[in-house]
Amino acid sequence: MSQEAIHSGDGPPDYYVPHSSALPIVGSTALFITAFGAGHFIQQSTDTVPTNTGSFGFWIFLIGLVAVACMMYSWFSTVVKESYQGLVSEKLDRSFRQTMFWFIVSEIMFFAAFFGALFHARVITVPWLAGASDNLQTHLLLWPDFADTWPLFLTPGGGLTQAMAAWGLPFINTVILVTSSVTITLAHWALKKNSRGPLKVWLGLTVLLGSVFLVLQVVEYVEAYHELGLTMSSGIYGSTFFMLTGFHGAHVTLGTIMLAVMLIRTMRGHFTADDHFAFEASSWYWHFVDVVWLGLFTFVYWF
Amino acid sequence: MIAHAETVPSGRNPLVKFILRWLLTTNHKEIGTLYLSLSFLLFFIGGAMALTFRAELAQPGLQLMGADFYNQMVTLHGLVMVFGAVMPAFVGLANWMIPLQIGASDMALPRLNNFSFWIMPFAFGLLLSSLFMPGGAPNFGWTFYAPLSTTYGPPSTDFMILGIHMMGISSILGAINIIVTIFNLRAPGMTLMKMPMFVWTWLITAFLLIMAMPVLAGVVTMMLTDRHFGTSFFEASGGGDPLIFQHVFWFFGHPEVYIMILPGFGIASEIIPVFARKRIFGYTSMVWATGSIAILSFVVWGHHMFATGMPLATELWFMYATMVIAIPTGVKVFNWVATMWGGSMTFETPMLFALGFVVMFTIGGLSGLMLAIAPVDFQYHDTFFVVAHIHYVLYPGAIFATMAAVYYWIPKWTGNMYDERLGKIHFWTAVIALNLTFFPMHFVGLAGMPRRIADYALPFTGLNTFATAGAFLLGLTQLLFLYIVIKTVRGGPKATDQVWEGAKGLEWTVPSPAPLHTFEVPPKVD
Ligand code: HEM
Ligand SMILES: [Cu+2]
Repeated sequence: MSQEAIHSGDGPPDYYVPHSSALPIVGSTALFITAFGAGHFIQQSTDTVPTNTGSFGFWIFLIGLVAVACMMYSWFSTVVKESYQGLVSEKLDRSFRQTMFWFIVSEIMFFAAFFGALFHARVITVPWLAGASDNLQTHLLLWPDFADTWPLFLTPGGGLTQAMAAWGLPFINTVILVTSSVTITLAHWALKKNSRGPLKVWLGLTVLLGSVFLVLQVVEYVEAYHELGLTMSSGIYGSTFFMLTGFHGAHVTLGTIMLAVMLIRTMRGHFTADDHFAFEASSWYWHFVDVVWLGLFTFVYWF
Repeated sequence: MIAHAETVPSGRNPLVKFILRWLLTTNHKEIGTLYLSLSFLLFFIGGAMALTFRAELAQPGLQLMGADFYNQMVTLHGLVMVFGAVMPAFVGLANWMIPLQIGASDMALPRLNNFSFWIMPFAFGLLLSSLFMPGGAPNFGWTFYAPLSTTYGPPSTDFMILGIHMMGISSILGAINIIVTIFNLRAPGMTLMKMPMFVWTWLITAFLLIMAMPVLAGVVTMMLTDRHFGTSFFEASGGGDPLIFQHVFWFFGHPEVYIMILPGFGIASEIIPVFARKRIFGYTSMVWATGSIAILSFVVWGHHMFATGMPLATELWFMYATMVIAIPTGVKVFNWVATMWGGSMTFETPMLFALGFVVMFTIGGLSGLMLAIAPVDFQYHDTFFVVAHIHYVLYPGAIFATMAAVYYWIPKWTGNMYDERLGKIHFWTAVIALNLTFFPMHFVGLAGMPRRIADYALPFTGLNTFATAGAFLLGLTQLLFLYIVIKTVRGGPKATDQVWEGAKGLEWTVPSPAPLHTFEVPPKVD
């Protein structure tokens, strides 16, 4: 940018460097409280650490979570206010976009860890336990009755479970999420044409679809626990099932909250046809959650 | 213009003002200083732990501590050094230097930057508090293999896991900030292929962090659920597999070792041309080599698992892929040497450390190549030979690179020159002590002395006593380094803006000491 453009009085500053800020230290303290509480809560509620008794962990954990939520609320409203004060230049806007992109990349890698565990278990571990490759001796010595199946109905140790069928609720949920990816795109198009009515309708519908997805997910979990005997502790099938769908559900929850906030902000008249980064970021996140689900549906439920 | 708001509210008591300034700062230089200070502190804590278990190893038998405490020290030493000393040191250097080198006024997201930093002290508080918990600190090595860390891990393991989650958040946010700064805030005319090598290597390191740290978060999460919620990811009776742990861990772990060395490559590539008074040889090939090392680092993780009984084809893949990494690494070493060829060299302290880096890192690379040969790794694996390897790549690698960078840039940070004579003494004593400590480990390792065991067979006594003596000397030399740094911060001959005769680049165009805000108006680069 040329020097003149930088000094011309109106328009945003070339790059806004914010105040010294109390948000980060509040945030890191809150994060610490959450982690400290979570550690004690987990130990106290699962009864695996006899020396750690009581229930203070839960309360500390809760306080930490609330503090994190407050910090995030305050952080994002600060950024929104700064944007209304005209402090966000095109360059800063580009920084926000790139940040969101790389954040989503890191989220993808987080899921990759669990998918990796799933693939290894299915392709290598379970066949090996049943004697494949050069593992016949181990098989005969340890668990001679163990058979290689997927979903793993019967673990080497004798745990039993039934599988979650792909074409019931999970399929309905797939349809819901894919539809919601369409509705969020329609909302975005509406926003770009500045048609606020359709924007609200499509965005509202997306939030609704996200919520229905979550409700159905809960229904599915109840069915898994009570009818199928499929739990976190029913072997590697249950482990990968709940880890993947659980973290995915947590991300859908977060995405739904993000979109709900966007809806509220839309109602309050925020966003213009060419300035609505928060909306776009939330919709990117939503598409990411959707794509992860397609992976889940394919590899956790279907094949 | 860059819009700032005044940093600290005035009219309060100076101590409160001081604390608030460091707690609330969004300035990249101050945050850089915070990172470097934390890393220095943790370097001494991790070092004290190393001296503790080295003292035990001075003689065979158990004299000073039980086997369990020995293992706690080994574990915390590794975790503290990797996540607390090496990584934050490089992030601190990135904070200080990347904006100065690319002509940016600050990092792209200054508040997020402060957040990334302040997570770290809390994370390490959590990790180190495990020492005082019933059952003691984690005792299974920095690689926390299942089932040692799941079925058999002490209760404090849960807090280690949560501490690692926090470090992961910090690293990922920090890495995103660095990537965005480099992509978005370069001064006009600073094209990618004009960026200083330190910036290039950090760009690629940040990419590695974003790809690898979430996987670490995933693996410790699986540990947590295996420990408490009945999952069986790493438990064969449930259809899981401890090998899953190792695969996922090393998928993170190998890129992690490059995270700990690439910025060091960058530092050497900055310093050597300046003191050889020549341009760097083969800049483009340096960039390509760094990029290919980064990509290859995602497909070689199995070289840590040769002894686990992977199928033959897998062993072969990991063996050859690992050896291929030696090619771009060799390109770099070649370029450094070629840069010096025919140069008019002087040997100030930063250059000495950079040369120490090149020579001794190469030794570590060669022992790595030996370890990469699957059939012989069956012999070397889990012995002190591996310990020798990692310390040759990390001590004269990552740590020497950091020290070279501190000597090189401290005149810019403080406006003062360090004491050259003391710097040279520091270098030479460190080199001698380091080789006394780690070279004998090659021999005891080849002869079969296992790592992570508090006692050893009598024939290993001589070399171990030797190594322990070296280790204590090495610890002493770092106290000298602390003294030099403090002395330089407090005063010394004034540095010029350019500082070094052969120095080029934007960071040398700003005054020494660099004022709090620099490049408010982006410089023009041609
Ligand atoms: C030419 C390049 C390199 C090669 C071929 C190589 C090869 C290897 C191999 C095969 C092992 C596994 C040994 C075993 O456990 O049996 C190993 C371990 C290790 N390497 Fe390297 N390496 C190289 C460079 C590096 C660098 C640059 C670093 C870090 C800066 C590094 C850090 C480590 C660490 C920390 C371990 C031990 C992990 C543990 O605790 O088990 N290596 N290396
Ligand atoms: Cu490796």
